[in-house]
Amino acid sequence: MTLALNGVTKEFNRRSIFRDVSFSLGSGESLAITGRNGSGKSTLVKIVCGLLSPTRGTIEYVHDGKMIEGEDVRNHIGLVSPYLQLYDEFSGMENLELLSAIRSDRTLEDGRIDEVLNDVGLWERRKDLLRTYSSGMKQRLKYAFAVVHRPDILILDEPTSNLDKDGIEMVTRRVREQQKSAILIVATNDADEATWCSKKVELGTHR
Amino acid sequence: MSAFTSTFALVRKDVHSELRTRYALNALIMFVVTAVATILFALRSDQPTSSVLSGLYWVVVFFTAMSGLSRTFVSEEERGTTMTLQLVASPSTVYFAKLIFNTALTFSMTIAVTILYMAVFSNAFVIKTLSIFIGTVVLGSLGFASASTIIAAIVAKANTRGTLYPVLSFPILIVLLMTVMGATTKALDGEDLSTALGDFQILVGYFLAMTGGSYLLFDYVWKD
Repeated sequence: MTLALNGVTKEFNRRSIFRDVSFSLGSGESLAITGRNGSGKSTLVKIVCGLLSPTRGTIEYVHDGKMIEGEDVRNHIGLVSPYLQLYDEFSGMENLELLSAIRSDRTLEDGRIDEVLNDVGLWERRKDLLRTYSSGMKQRLKYAFAVVHRPDILILDEPTSNLDKDGIEMVTRRVREQQKSAILIVATNDADEATWCSKKVELGTHR
Repeated sequence: MSAFTSTFALVRKDVHSELRTRYALNALIMFVVTAVATILFALRSDQPTSSVLSGLYWVVVFFTAMSGLSRTFVSEEERGTTMTLQLVASPSTVYFAKLIFNTALTFSMTIAVTILYMAVFSNAFVIKTLSIFIGTVVLGSLGFASASTIIAAIVAKANTRGTLYPVLSFPILIVLLMTVMGATTKALDGEDLSTALGDFQILVGYFLAMTGGSYLLFDYVWKD
């Protein structure tokens, strides 16, 4: 899998958020997106996920030598982000089952959901409704949701927010695993988290 | 095949979610009961004509739809789950799933209004041509659901959701309302099925045009 951004610019109502962002990543590579508050880290993350269109510039996703177009992109991406919410009226297990069914993931093997719930430390609370979860447990479930379909690109926006020591260890374990064979992107203000990655893009430097 | 699987999985999610949260269902039930009760008290012992009754019937359906159908998108927006859906489903999957869900809600609502009407206006609301009535309710519900779904998607992105929904809906639904009112009057007056075929053609055309247009527009409403 390769991901390439060429001259990506984003403007909202003629206000420039960032200009000419370019980078290229292959499997096993990782990138930290840094910058002060309001520099556009989360906006860039949404653009990479295909949730927002850039004002100018192009994004290319190539998998097994073939260009991935349009809606297929989302099947290759896992996202953990503060603005991503799951359904409070369902349990952790139900959230993963329903969302995997909507994703219509035919590669999802039996027991995969159990495996990721165990991995993020939510197995014991898997049948409890999400509204009874703490903010840290919800963050753990977001990790389970992001990795259940084994994405080629894992994007973490503020990866350790709301997590305790065990949670942060879970994240670093997940980061190491992702770096073995896939692409990792971390958007953060934390200097320690930025060191997880081999490449870095700093936003907000053009003003 | 995977698009069908995805769509029905999303419908299943919406049904489960609705049964647990009662986001739209409670609003619909309360509105139907209070609107029919208000009409009953207003008319008292009067014997309304078939055109008045059919007009009031669709007024109840219109305002009930306005109070409940926008919830399918507004609840996703309010809970912040829109982005989650964008990550797991294509825009066409979301559109058709919400359309199916809204159609089911509209059918349930029209059946409830019909039963209540027949119970409280047992002398005046007598369906003499059942085929016209069933055709009108089925096609009218499809048209209502189709228009309401795309308007709900647009309104969910706005700040003034409560007032915007009926304001946007009325000009779009006026053609549908006039047609279903006319056809329902024919069903109550006992006219022949052949007299309502023109109305049915309008309703089918309305549904196809609205669904086709919505499908093309939805990508732009749903993303960015």
